[in-house]
Amino acid sequence: MSTLLEMRSITKKFPGVKALDDVSITVEEGEIHAICGENGAGKSTLMKVLSGVYPAGSYDGEIHYDGNLAAFRNISDSENQGIIIIHQELALIPQLSIAENIFLGNEQANKGIVNWRKTFSGTETLLAKVGLSEAPSTRLDTLGVGKQQLVEIAKALSKDVRLLILDEPTAALSEADSQVLLDLMLELKSKGVTCIIISHKLNEVRKVADSVTVIRDGVTVSTMNTKVETVTEDIIVRDMVGREMGARYPSRETKLGEPLLEINDWSVWHPEQSERQVIKNINMSVRAGEVVGIAGVMGAGRTELAMSLFGKSYGRNISGSVKMHGKPIDVSSVGKAISTGLAYVTEDRKSLGLILDDNIQRNITLANLGNVSKAGVIVEAEETKVAEHYRSTMNVRTPSVFQTVGNLSGGNQQKVVLSKWLFTDPEVLILDEPTRGIDVGAKFEIYGIINNLAAQGKGIVFISSEMPELLGMCDRIYVMNEGTFVGELAAKDASQESIMSLIVTD
Amino acid sequence: MSNSKTNASGQLRTYLSNHLREYGLLFALIAIMAFFQIMTGGILLRPVNITNLFLQNSYIIIMALGMLLIIVTGNIDLSVGSVMGFVGAFAAVLIVSHGLSVAAALPICLIMGALIGAAQGYWVAYWKIPSFIVTLAGMLVFRGLSLWLLEGQSIGPFPKSFQSLSTGFIPDVFGINRPNGTALAAGVITVCLIVWMGMRARARDKSYGIIGEPQALFIIRNIIIAGALLFITYKLSTFRGLPNVLITMAILTVVYAFITENTVLGRRIYALGGNEKASKLSGIKTEKMTFLAFVNMGVLAALAGLIFAARLNTATPKAGLSVELDVIAAVFIGGASMSGGSGKIIGAVVGAFIMGVMNNGMSILGIGIDYQQIIKGLVLLAAVFFDVYNKSKQG
Repeated sequence: MSTLLEMRSITKKFPGVKALDDVSITVEEGEIHAICGENGAGKSTLMKVLSGVYPAGSYDGEIHYDGNLAAFRNISDSENQGIIIIHQELALIPQLSIAENIFLGNEQANKGIVNWRKTFSGTETLLAKVGLSEAPSTRLDTLGVGKQQLVEIAKALSKDVRLLILDEPTAALSEADSQVLLDLMLELKSKGVTCIIISHKLNEVRKVADSVTVIRDGVTVSTMNTKVETVTEDIIVRDMVGREMGARYPSRETKLGEPLLEINDWSVWHPEQSERQVIKNINMSVRAGEVVGIAGVMGAGRTELAMSLFGKSYGRNISGSVKMHGKPIDVSSVGKAISTGLAYVTEDRKSLGLILDDNIQRNITLANLGNVSKAGVIVEAEETKVAEHYRSTMNVRTPSVFQTVGNLSGGNQQKVVLSKWLFTDPEVLILDEPTRGIDVGAKFEIYGIINNLAAQGKGIVFISSEMPELLGMCDRIYVMNEGTFVGELAAKDASQESIMSLIVTD
Repeated sequence: MSNSKTNASGQLRTYLSNHLREYGLLFALIAIMAFFQIMTGGILLRPVNITNLFLQNSYIIIMALGMLLIIVTGNIDLSVGSVMGFVGAFAAVLIVSHGLSVAAALPICLIMGALIGAAQGYWVAYWKIPSFIVTLAGMLVFRGLSLWLLEGQSIGPFPKSFQSLSTGFIPDVFGINRPNGTALAAGVITVCLIVWMGMRARARDKSYGIIGEPQALFIIRNIIIAGALLFITYKLSTFRGLPNVLITMAILTVVYAFITENTVLGRRIYALGGNEKASKLSGIKTEKMTFLAFVNMGVLAALAGLIFAARLNTATPKAGLSVELDVIAAVFIGGASMSGGSGKIIGAVVGAFIMGVMNNGMSILGIGIDYQQIIKGLVLLAAVFFDVYNKSKQG
């Protein structure tokens, strides 16, 4: 085994910040190398240096690739050498077919005229390699995120990839889809492709990685080889946050109160395909002080259930009854749902939860402007007071409430979204993937906030694709599959296996 | 001592570079005015020409107020020129051809504007048809309708009371007449109000620990604005005093600035433009907001049409032709973003004045309409480039 890539003492400065400070990393040919670190630790910057997004000369240090000193001036330089990055936000065009996407920028053409036969047959070969059985002419937007991810990898393979870099590849995937992807990585490895994977999901890192490099605050903290030493999640977390993490989930004493939210016989049809029933006769309940989880694979209908409840924001022909405190409530518009004490924290905080160009203060008060205004005129002093209150109680790390939300880290953004909904004084909060894309430290804080809310007697519905998180946080877990609840488990009796088996045996 | 001084000047510089857009716009207007004042040998700022500047640009500014809201919601309205012409024609038919009283005709025309806005807003808001297409259709339809109403002819003249909408002046309550006491008093009162409100806002910011505009800048800015206002009101007072239309414009500007910056309604419109889906999930009735923005635009376009017809004292089939472009350009010069969610009323008004002063100054200099259009086009592009460049530097 020889060394494929060696990055030596890479230092990258931006005005006012040192994003990378003397980072070194060595990747052996044919291995899977994981890079771990909290958000903002410098992982993405390092990969941008490697791929030529930051051209040679804009950083200090040396990159040795395949035995030679490399100086990439741009992305196509590094791609020509077989280094391909797959970013977290997929660089695919939804309106084009799989085949067109795969050969985008690398069209199988003769004098500018596309050779469709070659394009399609080439696509079929590549799709077979990644184990995706879809027709090459399928439009990309008809595929789920998991399959789109596979298309990205097929695209990388079309360019004779030697070093494949995956940035948070499973962040948006369900457990099942993640498993497919991880298996594919192992298979590519057996075919000699070297992989760098950036991930927050440490159990996955442990499953596939041959070596692990941990970066913290722009500095390499440790490099571990899983063949030589035992690498546990706890060790990685310790290196990432720079201290021992006690429990991964803060403990909470559950005090169940009266039933708050009760849903009976809830059915929802797809907004465009009128024959397709997305949610099928669901019954669920949440008590005061209870954290209720909803587990399920991607596409099980969890978000659709939540959004249809929250002001009929999803679906058509919605039927069923909703009760709060035992009395029927009207949730036919978002405004009504909010006023009956419901709040929905979306899974997609950037495009559905926040106004990124606005400041923290304006985002926090948006859903309850009535409370900071008199006769329709906003009392700015009052508004600032409210925003400051949440900034300190939720521990949003920012110099002022006038900071633009788009510039905050994922964890801080999530705290702003939570603040916005707490300011509506809800009784039941539906949290849809509240810890997606945020780092370990911030996750722990979000868990703490959830526990606090439950202790205050709020009801929490916790939707998550990460089963350990549900098991660690919830009192009770509903298991959802294909639009129905296929099981209900007390968290103390549940395990990842018991949840998975409920989904699979359905 | 010297250390704190350099610190303060450093603070000043960072503040200026963060707010380059707002100050840049103000200084651009002043620079353009100074330029034409010199080039025209002092004609630009003669009392009669200042009065003309307001009369000529009033309808553009009034429509720019509505257009800003439309653009903030992430839409565009291409029909305003046609709607303006149509309502002018409609007023002429009501008043001149059918002898309806002015007092009855005015509200009818404004309601007509609201209905036109509603008719277009309905398709944009509730059917999600792109506003570009809906209002392009509206532009053709209402241009056609005004031709049909006027049968291709001009209709006029209007009665005196109607003309005063545009060409009337506020009488001197003090009976001095030259200089006009009302105008002077209004100027002084406005300046005092602006300074007082600015100081109150600063005091409030300070009590919340917000570091706002540096003191020196605040004083300089206020001196410039106060000086300019006093100068202009003085000049106006030596001619015929305050034009009615200036008062209409000023009141509308203040009202819209207040609505956009201080009310729940304004906040919701900006939120909708910033992120429609997130706003909807926050309980904001986004469709209704968009619909209302178009209704509002219709009313303002109708008002502009009335003022324009009153100024020409006749309704012609060509009234308002391609005015929509001037209005849209004014809003973008004023710093609004095509993608919605940002832009200020005061910016749109200053943007309209920049266009107006350039039109007026170039006409006085006898520059041909060909060059005028080229220069205006380049100024628009330069203003927006300045915006984009600034953003990319900050981002």
